[in-house]
Amino acid sequence: MFKVTINGLDIEVEKGTTVFEAAEKAGIYIPTLCHHPDLPTFGGCRVCMVDADGKIVTACRAPVTDGMVVKTDTEEVSKVRLSNVELLLASHNKDCQSCTRNNSCRLQEVSAFVGINQERMRQIRRSVEPVKPDDSNPFFHRDFTRCILCGICIRTCQEINGVAAIDFAFRGFHTKVSVLGDKPIKDSHCESCGECLVRCPTGALYLSRPETPEREVESVCTYCGVGCGIKLGVRGDRVVHVEGNRDNEVNRGDLCVKGRFGFDFINHPERLKTPLIKKDGIFVEASWDEALDFVADKMSDIKSKHGADALGGISSARCSSEETYLFQKIFRALGTNNVDHCARL
Amino acid sequence: MTNSIDDIADEARVFFITGSNTTETHPVIGYRIRRAIKNGARLIVADPRRIKIAEHADVFLQLKPGTNAALLQGMAKVILDEKLYDEDFIKNRTEGFEEYAEKISSIDLNEMAEITGVPAELIAEAARLYAGSNPAAILYTMGITQHTSGTDNVLALAGLATLTGNLGKRGGGVNPLRGQNNVQGACDTGALPNVFPGYQPVSSPEANKKFSEAYGAEIPDKPGMPMTRMFKAALEGQIKGVYIMGETPVVSEPDICKITEALGELELVIVQDLFFTETADYADVVLPAASFAEKDGTFVNTERRVQRIRKAVSAPGVAKSDLDIFCELGQKLGLKGFDYSGAAGVMKEIGEMNPKWKGITYERLEAGGLSWPCPDENHPGTPILYGEKFLTASGKAQFKAVDYKPPAEAPDDEYPFILTTGRSLYHYHTGTMTRRSEGLSDLYDVEKALISLEDAERLGLSENDRVRLSSRRGEVEAEVKPVSELKEGTVFMTFHFAETCANQLTNSELDPVASIPELKVCTVNMEKV
Amino acid sequence: MIQKFDAIEKEAVAAMEEKQNNDIPQIYVGCATCGNATGAQSVVQTIKNKLDKENVTAEIKEVGCIGMCFAEVLVDVIKPGRPRISYQDVTPEKAEEIIDSYILNDDHRPDLALGFFGEGGPEDIEQIDTGDVFKNQQRVILKNCGVIDPENINEYIARGGYKGLAEALEMKQEEIIGVLKDSGLRGRGGAGFPAGRKWESCLKPQADQKYVICNADEGDPGAFMDRSVLEGDPHSVIEGMIIAGYTIGSSKGYFYVRAEYPLAINRLRKALAQAREKNLLGENILGTGFDFDLEIFQGAGAFVCGESTALVMSIEGNRGWPKPLPRPRTTEQGLWDKPTLLNNVKTFSVVPQILSKGADWFKSIGTEGSPGTAVFALTGTINRSGLIEVPMGIELKKIIYEVGGGILNDRKFKAVQTGGPSGGCLPEDKLHLSVDFDTLVEAGSMMGSGGMVVIDETTCMVDVARYFLDFTFEESCGQCVPCRQGTQQMLEVLNDICEGRGREGDIEHLLELGDSIIKSSICGLGQTAPNPVLSTVQYFRDEYEAHIRDHACPALVCKNLIVFTIDEEKCTACGRCRKACPVEAISGEKKVPHKIDQSKCTKCGICFQECPERFSAVVRLTGKENLAAAARGRLSDV
Repeated sequence: MFKVTINGLDIEVEKGTTVFEAAEKAGIYIPTLCHHPDLPTFGGCRVCMVDADGKIVTACRAPVTDGMVVKTDTEEVSKVRLSNVELLLASHNKDCQSCTRNNSCRLQEVSAFVGINQERMRQIRRSVEPVKPDDSNPFFHRDFTRCILCGICIRTCQEINGVAAIDFAFRGFHTKVSVLGDKPIKDSHCESCGECLVRCPTGALYLSRPETPEREVESVCTYCGVGCGIKLGVRGDRVVHVEGNRDNEVNRGDLCVKGRFGFDFINHPERLKTPLIKKDGIFVEASWDEALDFVADKMSDIKSKHGADALGGISSARCSSEETYLFQKIFRALGTNNVDHCARL
Repeated sequence: MTNSIDDIADEARVFFITGSNTTETHPVIGYRIRRAIKNGARLIVADPRRIKIAEHADVFLQLKPGTNAALLQGMAKVILDEKLYDEDFIKNRTEGFEEYAEKISSIDLNEMAEITGVPAELIAEAARLYAGSNPAAILYTMGITQHTSGTDNVLALAGLATLTGNLGKRGGGVNPLRGQNNVQGACDTGALPNVFPGYQPVSSPEANKKFSEAYGAEIPDKPGMPMTRMFKAALEGQIKGVYIMGETPVVSEPDICKITEALGELELVIVQDLFFTETADYADVVLPAASFAEKDGTFVNTERRVQRIRKAVSAPGVAKSDLDIFCELGQKLGLKGFDYSGAAGVMKEIGEMNPKWKGITYERLEAGGLSWPCPDENHPGTPILYGEKFLTASGKAQFKAVDYKPPAEAPDDEYPFILTTGRSLYHYHTGTMTRRSEGLSDLYDVEKALISLEDAERLGLSENDRVRLSSRRGEVEAEVKPVSELKEGTVFMTFHFAETCANQLTNSELDPVASIPELKVCTVNMEKV
Repeated sequence: MIQKFDAIEKEAVAAMEEKQNNDIPQIYVGCATCGNATGAQSVVQTIKNKLDKENVTAEIKEVGCIGMCFAEVLVDVIKPGRPRISYQDVTPEKAEEIIDSYILNDDHRPDLALGFFGEGGPEDIEQIDTGDVFKNQQRVILKNCGVIDPENINEYIARGGYKGLAEALEMKQEEIIGVLKDSGLRGRGGAGFPAGRKWESCLKPQADQKYVICNADEGDPGAFMDRSVLEGDPHSVIEGMIIAGYTIGSSKGYFYVRAEYPLAINRLRKALAQAREKNLLGENILGTGFDFDLEIFQGAGAFVCGESTALVMSIEGNRGWPKPLPRPRTTEQGLWDKPTLLNNVKTFSVVPQILSKGADWFKSIGTEGSPGTAVFALTGTINRSGLIEVPMGIELKKIIYEVGGGILNDRKFKAVQTGGPSGGCLPEDKLHLSVDFDTLVEAGSMMGSGGMVVIDETTCMVDVARYFLDFTFEESCGQCVPCRQGTQQMLEVLNDICEGRGREGDIEHLLELGDSIIKSSICGLGQTAPNPVLSTVQYFRDEYEAHIRDHACPALVCKNLIVFTIDEEKCTACGRCRKACPVEAISGEKKVPHKIDQSKCTKCGICFQECPERFSAVVRLTGKENLAAAARGRLSDV
């Protein structure tokens, strides 16, 4: 264990801990824009700079040494990080109210912390290139005027999903996050999993149809057999948002395109809303009593005429375990083992 | 799965993925594998298509569809010949090795190479890689099972894992990735014709007695009909009524013409679903069901992990959960014990009837999922199976060599191509849910039959050209897309699209043991239209 | 000495002697990029045709750059028994004349000659090697440039080449490092890190593979030292790299050369093939069992790829981005995570001589802290621009006024810029400083890899700073905020200042930004990018203030801050300016003094150039008042 002093607080941390992690452990906030706990460090935003034993270092990358004395708020440190945040703001879209990340934006948080001063900002030349957003993807769009080039989306695509559909392109001030050939993202091998969207610290990546939920309900994704934990975001009586549940051991928050975005069917207008009974070749609406009486009568009728084995139950791998249990129970209680489901398809 | 996603992803040094398009059908497991490979794990992929994960493979075996057993036993032969097996494991935990070894050793590797179309040296390389880095995890899905030789294929995979001692340990195992959210749960809770909940055979006198008493009925001790036979039985007049819930057989079943014909023959067809599906057309009654977001319950994932789903919103109109529907129906049918206090109550009964689930309660599930077997309330669950013993009489794993059997259909002059089917990342099964998502449809909305570049050139086909695909059972028109990922003579289609329904063409021949249809191989002809 | 090398050396010497003794004239044409750009290739062709026509046998050598770029195309003629005469500014026509006069007859044409090398030359022309250009120079790294045929390995060997390698192969690895450490050699890439220590730290780690990389990604504006060495003496660099490979235990090396250097790449390719043929490169070198081979990697020309970690990323096929600190040392985990020795072209090139002549010889040149020589690409408004090599410790003044021959057109010296975009500008009162790694840094500039640009009074220092900032702005890789956004911000402010939009507080803004960029950038590019601004503010702050406060450009350069007008009293109404004006902004008739319509004037400056010096009627004015008057259209009132 290494002893480290951060802003006068003494803490012990394991060898290999970064200054950032040590500060976190000590409960000390260090502003950062490009660091993300899920991802390897990048070290590009230069906002997490601190004084470590008299040297200015990036807290996210620098490992602690035994006896290290770290100061996170010296005049020099404050100046450097303020300057870097000011520079980012100089080419950042100022219209925060219409941004989907207003109030949950890391750049806002960090700006507030470093203390942006209007007087100083007046000296700074602003240049926001008026680039149109890439709205090719149906689920999320890309607004380059809000991108701070932290590379979190790129590292996410490389490290979390492994697709590596995006990377930095061009150079210097003209650098942007791009797919191969700088095409719209829809024309790339992006799998639309939205993992980048989740991690974007600003509103550069945003939902095409954002709706903020009123409450969240923990559940499990209804598509494949992986069983990813999700949080259903509910507004009114509608599911408006799905998020990966980071506490779930199966996926730890990761989701695929279907799991994250494929929830339209829940609120779909074509949903069946009432039982239907076919009369003279035409389906007519019926009450539950009518419908279930019809079903019970017909099944009993077949059983009495042809025996229970003339009935077949096709259950579903889509329903809950409790429901498939009850389904087989009905058929077995009727006296047949003719019950199965789509396991083989 | 014998193992959990975590232990495989974190500890396997080699992945052997076969018959699984993991990154599209189980994307989040795909992420984990790609991460593991980044961290140094090695990868073997065997698939008739050069699927995306194959880009990362150290060894890629592009075998001819339906020749899995030949490939796998060829690998076993190399492991035996080069003595790459785990002697201790074989000695202590298995039986039948000598017989197995004798039979496998007599295989001619060159013959296997001939059958599979994979060079012998590549088969050997895969075998060495798989056996050479322990632990090694096998991952497979329907590319292994949806064959007339499906059971044999699985046995052949199990043989490899047993030979190399890759069972009952972290990072190893034989891991079928279950395709649907609760296919594991449906099996576990007895929605199968031969077993009661917890895989207790209907033919077992004790089990039969227990269930017959509990359900107040005389349950036959002979297995019932699997779904794949029910429709044939309907055509033969043995089945008169079917109750279909959450399933669209007129899109998903092989040889659709036969299915629709059978549905027409039935006296009673009940369909219970979220939407008016293609199958609902054939129904006498259609019952509106609640979606997963509108009810409480559990799903069991591919790791046998039982997890809670929770009601978030109300169902539309008067739609009800399947659970509520069955409770009412059970009572209307005059059956005993359909008065539950919600899903938790049903779970309580499942625990009583299925010893493997005995320790699983809703209270415990609040803290997270539990993998069965979980025999009592203090049991932590079992993420990895067979750590101590196998489910055989002796508790030892049994070797079983199989004979390679070719698929039911082989290409001929009339039907010179092999059609194999699968899923896309953007859609799910029959598309009942995903095709109603504007966004998913925007990304992928028209079936494109994938054909090899060679066939495209020979037939003068380019992308978006339409072809008529025909088999002995039916025909379908679809657009084509020539791709380099397929070998000459192979065609690939998904089964998501009712309007270009690949299952018009597929073969309903079954595996004799598992009754699984040979969806992965059928022969077709292809003409430009 | 290794026997096998003796044979090779003898063969080379014999080949050269045979040439020298065969009594035919030798003609050298400077065919480096500088020569070719001024037409050397057509001169070569003309000479060949002419000799054919006249039926004269002579040996024509295409040699590298001898450094006198101001005089290109250079053609040197050595007649048997005569000294080498150099002809300057040779065109195909002049080449024919030279052959007619000097080769076919005996007229050495003093009118065309620049001078002669060695002793015993004609009295009516200058001896070059003792003259101003060369007397202060000491050619070590450039000793073969412009002298040997770079495409003939025998010429290199005959002048002592590969001897260093042959000696090294008989030494222990530690011994070689010992010599290097003893010599005090510091890396010639700019930072001046002790080479011996670097090699040592690369020898230490155990690894199945190590790499040697030659950094030939020279990219500073106005710098062409490395290119000239590769073009003029490729074997010296190759030899240095083989020695390095042997010393650290590597079997594979890379040249990282920018693709904009096609001639260097071509010469390197030929040189590598010849070295392989002679068993000086490849497997079992000189029968010693040591294997080493070299590969050329063509970079895409990004300036940042000169930074070692970015260079390594680039060879690995990644985006050429520097790795942020903390990171493993390249000498421990470099290319493909293997120990890697990376040095500049000139560093490798001088190593063979140090080994064959000894550490003491090297230490005898230059200063104690910076032994050896410095190679500069001397450019700007100077009479003799070119490639020079001077001993470390020489005064700046000597370089500019003696080697470079002073300021062009006798204008007034203003500053000298060294170290390229990473360096700074030094004013006249710093000209006494001596050139070495440490002194220049103290003065706010740096050696850099060796660009030296001389600036005279007609240059605006804010504009100079803007020029270099524009370069680093374009070349910033974009990885870190301070460099990516900061260079852009500084450039915007400089643009504003140059264009009359400067604000009070801008100088402080620039200084503060510069400080933060230096402190927080990832790599050397960003950490030095503000230097041109900081040093010009330090030494020429008044110019900045004039721009900001008075909207005045004292050097009369910044277009937006100057107006052109015609002094009625001086104007003779010759009409030249009127005819030359591309936008017809000038009006006037015969005998009527001309006028410039300020609303039409685009400030192209053509009228100023056209007006004969003896009249000097077109004048440039600057400052708020003049600009305002011009805007009101009443400039003549002022």
